[in-house]
Formats: sequence, C-alpha cells, structure tokens
Amino acid sequence: MSILVDRTTRVVVQGITGNEGRFHTVQMIEYGTQIVAGVTPGKGGESVEGVPVFDTVSEAVAEARANAAIIFVPPPFAADAIMEAAEAGVDLVVCLTEGIPVHDMIIARRYLDLAGVRLIGPNTPGLISPGACKLGVMAGYIHRPGRVGIASRSGTLTYEVVHQLTSRGIGQSTCVGIGGDPIVGLSFADLLPMFEDDSETDVVVLIGEIGGSAEEEAAALISERIGTPVVAFIAGRTAPPGRRMGHAGAIITGGTGTAAAKIEALRAAGAFVVESPAEIGRVTAEVITAG
Amino acid sequence: MRIHEFQAKALFAEYGIPIAPSRPATSPAEAAAAAVELGLPVVLKAQIHAGGRGKGGGIRRVDDAAAVRRTAEAMLGRPLVTPQTGPEGQIVRALLVERATPIDAEFYLGLTIDRVRRTVAVMASRAGGVDIEETARGHPDAIIMEWIEPAVGLRPFQAFRIAHRLGLPGASARGIAKIVLALYRLFCDKDCSLAEINPLAIDVTGAPVAVDAKLNFDDNALFRRPEIRDLRDVTEEDPLEVEAKSVNLNYIKLDGNVGCLVNGAGLAMATMDLIQLAGARPANFLDVGGGATADMIAKGFELLVGDPNVRAVFINIFGGILRCDVLARGVIQAAQTVDLNIPVIVRLEGTNVEAGREILRSSRISIRTAGDLEEAAALVAAALEEGT
Repeated sequence: MSILVDRTTRVVVQGITGNEGRFHTVQMIEYGTQIVAGVTPGKGGESVEGVPVFDTVSEAVAEARANAAIIFVPPPFAADAIMEAAEAGVDLVVCLTEGIPVHDMIIARRYLDLAGVRLIGPNTPGLISPGACKLGVMAGYIHRPGRVGIASRSGTLTYEVVHQLTSRGIGQSTCVGIGGDPIVGLSFADLLPMFEDDSETDVVVLIGEIGGSAEEEAAALISERIGTPVVAFIAGRTAPPGRRMGHAGAIITGGTGTAAAKIEALRAAGAFVVESPAEIGRVTAEVITAG
Repeated sequence: MRIHEFQAKALFAEYGIPIAPSRPATSPAEAAAAAVELGLPVVLKAQIHAGGRGKGGGIRRVDDAAAVRRTAEAMLGRPLVTPQTGPEGQIVRALLVERATPIDAEFYLGLTIDRVRRTVAVMASRAGGVDIEETARGHPDAIIMEWIEPAVGLRPFQAFRIAHRLGLPGASARGIAKIVLALYRLFCDKDCSLAEINPLAIDVTGAPVAVDAKLNFDDNALFRRPEIRDLRDVTEEDPLEVEAKSVNLNYIKLDGNVGCLVNGAGLAMATMDLIQLAGARPANFLDVGGGATADMIAKGFELLVGDPNVRAVFINIFGGILRCDVLARGVIQAAQTVDLNIPVIVRLEGTNVEAGREILRSSRISIRTAGDLEEAAALVAAALEEGT
C-alpha cells in the first residue's frame, strides 16, 4: 500500500513534447508508471515514446482515462496548466515547475480548492511509491519498497534521507516532496493523516526547513491526533537570519519560521527530532526497532 | 527584488497614491537646488534598500538652505548603519529631498502574501511609525487585518472597514480607503511580494499622504515586468552574490571558514548544519541547482577558494538531474585554473556516481572523498585541525 499513487494510477504528462517532459516520461515508464497520455497544445495526434499526445487535458481524461497529471510546463504557463488539469477532472495534480509567480499560484491554489482537487508542489521533485508508481524526477533506483513514509520540503535532501534508509535496508511506502514555494498544494498537515490511515506505513520521516509555518502546523496535528511515530529534521538551524521581507513579513510569521521554533514545536508534540542530517537513517532505524 | 523609496513613490504617483513633492539628488548641489525648488523645510532621506533608516540617522529634517548642502554632504558617499544593514552599513549614493509634511496622525499600511491563508493580506495599524514590528509582537490585536478572496480581489467594503477601524473621520476615511484600493491594484499589477506605507499620514488639513514607500517584487515574475526589472540597483547588492547570480548560482556569503558547494537549497542548509555540528563554521551558502553545468560548478568553486577566510572546501552532491560525472569535471576544470592549497573534501552520491568518483580519482588534484555524511563531517573537522 501507499498514499496518493499506486499501480492503478493513470498519468497524463503535460508538456510531454519538451526536453524535460520527454526525458522523464521515458524514466517514469521504465520505472513502471502507467503513462497513458501526454498533452501539448497544438501537438495533438503525435506520439512520444508510444504515448498518445492530445491538445487538451480534457481529451486525455476522456479518451485515455487519465486520473493524475504531472506538469513539466515553463513558469509563465504552469499555473494555467494546473487549473486545466483540475478542470478536466483528474484527482491529483503534480507540478514540478520551479519559478512560478506567487500571484499565479494564489489563483491556482484557490481554483483547485474550489474544484476539490489535490495538488503536489510546485517546485518539487514529485512523489514516488517505490515499486509501484513514480510521479516525478527522483532517481528511482535509490528507493526500495517498505514501510516508512517521507514528507519533505526539499529535493536533494530527500534523496539523501532515502539513501540513508535504503542503505540500512529500510524501504519506503511513499515519498512526497511538498515543494519549496511559499504557496504549495498538500502540506505536512495534509499528508500526516494520510500516512496515519495507511495500513502499510509504520513511521513517517518529516524533512522541514526554516521559513513559513508548515512544520508548526504539522506539530499541532501530531499532538492532536497522529499516533504514527514521526522522525523530523529541520534544515537551516545554522543559517543566519535570512534577508528580511520587511515589517509585513515579520508580522505575518510572528514568532514562527525559525529552526528553533519548529524544533521546539515538534519536540513538544512528541516527534523524534534529529540534530544531524547524517543521523536521520540511524534514528529512524531505532524508532522502527523500538516499534 | 527591492527598489528605492524614490522609485516606489514614482509608482505611487502613477496609481494616484498621494505623496509629498520630492526630488532625488546625488550631490549636495542637486540637493540644495531641489530644496529651493520644493520650498523649505525639507527632509533629506538616504536612498538605500535597507529599512530602519530613521534609527540610523538616514532621515534628517532641515530648515534652511545652507544646512541642506551641509547635511547632504554629511550623508552622501558614506555608509549608513541601520538595524537592517549589518555593522558595515550601506553606502548612501542618493538622497530623496522631500518637502516636510506637517502631520496630524500616523498609521501603518502593509500588503504581503500570507503563506498560511494562501492569499494577499492587508494590514493596518493606528500605531504607525518606526516601531510597528514591536507593536505586532507585543500587541497583535493592534494590527487590523483583511484577507483577500483571490477570486474577486480586494472589495471596497474591506478597504472602508480598514479605514473605519483606524478610527478616522469621514473625509479622511474615504481618502485612506482609496489608498488601500490603489495600493492593492499596484500590488497585483506589478507582482509585488510586499508593499508598505509607514507612516501613512494625515496632514494638518486632514488629507492623507504616503510619507514613506517600500515595494518588494517577486523575482519569479520579473520576466513579465520589464519596467520593474529596469529599476534594479545592483550597487545595493553584494558583488559576489551578483556575480554568482549572473551564472545562475544561488550564493550567500557568510563569515565562517569552510566553503561549501551543494546541489539543492535544503541539502545546502543541511550541509551547513553538519559543518557547524563538526565544530567548524560555514563560509557560505552555495546552491548550484539541479541543472548545473561543468562551467557553473567551476565558477562556484572559484568563488569559494577566492574567499580568503576559507580554509577547507566541502563539496556535497546528491546527483539527480545534476550527474556526478558533470560535477567532477567541473571541479577538475576549476582546480586547474586556481592555485589550490587548501584541502578539498568531496562527498558524491546518486546518478553516475561511479563515473564521477573515477574522474576525481584519476585526476592529479588531491581530493579527500567521503563515503557518507558522517565521514564527510569527520574529514572536514580533521582538515581544519591540520591547518591550525
């Protein structure tokens, strides 16, 4: 089992004819993901690596029965691609694009909330349920199927954690990159209950970083109703206070956003907070053993 | 991206937000001429990107013409230290000469992106002036908030509610509400990440006026705002960071002694944490990103070894899109052009890792390779030990 994606997920790739879209379509197919359609406006009727290309996502849903979309579309058009996928009726949208204007994401996120569609990202490597479905650009071979769920705001740091787990023989149920932008789709607080309900996830590793308040919200939820053990690492403990966003930024975040505040909140909620990034694998192994 | 107050006020004027008459000046003579033209008394305002200027002596009221020249001389070309600049301060290259506004009341007005509510937030307070942040911390209920429904934008009733809660009489309230609406229009039209008027004043005639103006912009949207991109002042930015940005590297200089080169911001921050836990201090944050080329790696490496404080370099790459062989070639390329006399510790993992390790092994430069992060941390600590 896993969360969000499994062997039955039918994927449409938006931006399939671009370099990145084409390359990762091949990688995802090789991993075993069911890529059933691609979309590039104006290129309907073509095919990429045997995958039929449509002009619109609604055609891809109607004719290829796609139920998830992955987006490799440049920043100026990415928010529109997200909304097109939601309107077409897929259940899950994964947007990898980095550099989308934040004003565009405010509109896109609101549109998806109204449509009741889940979004992962943007600015994420995507998600993977090892051995079943890869919906992203992470290297598949570092993963192995297992019972640890991962939720992360970072890309390469997630690979590092996965590597530490896999080299200890610890597999993963689903690894989700929530994305590094100010406005993203599913957050830690949305994913934790999904992992909690997943009969094949025993432990969750949460990889946060300074800024925002996603970790504090996760901490509140953990103390309230998450029974699954959570191992947490917060990157940026030693980063100097970032460039200030003026008074308004400080007012909005209040006392939250610093690594110290996040660590304290997670500790108080009962999470196992790891100090060194080199020890995430070891601590997770200990938590599993203590079971 | 940040801009100067005088540039922000030009945008205010475009959007019908009332400002006091003012002229930018880059020399004492220009400042004196501007003061005569505007009429005394005037306020001389240092144009630097950092805030807190009033506390550092960057805003000075002057009552006569001779004093304008003298005061401008004392301000221009010198570093201004404010709570937001750091101890070395920021050189003042321009002043804004502004006619002094006789003020009756001061408010705070700000717009920003609220990450939690995922929309634009409007904030206002009766406690305008310099200490708004302390107000927000100590008396959060003194801040009036309105959140925007993205589907319909800021509605006039919300703007009036803000003005009403500020406790203003009718005519002034209408003026303030108009400013709130205009600032929101500017905020959206120009892809702002922050817009602040502090103070937003009511003058002695009851008319509202924006005494200060601060606008920050979303870097991701500059591609569609060429008129904003043109306002960038690189002299306000760290030269090394500007150089790094020109080749798409994300570099921030710090004051430690271990240079680090990493792919991905999260892993870069984790690497800095690791260095600190090993008893050393990171000399920088450097994220080479996912799509780095050999040239970009070489440039990043040169930046690191060019820092005189750096006594060891730690390269930590988890190859995904960035392949380990590309990274290795970049490091070799750079090591051949610089005179390398400090230890280099490399930890490689991920795509094409064997090819990358082989390239480093067969080169003539001396590199210490670590199998994992724990070993890397130990090697960094040992390298600094040798140097002392």
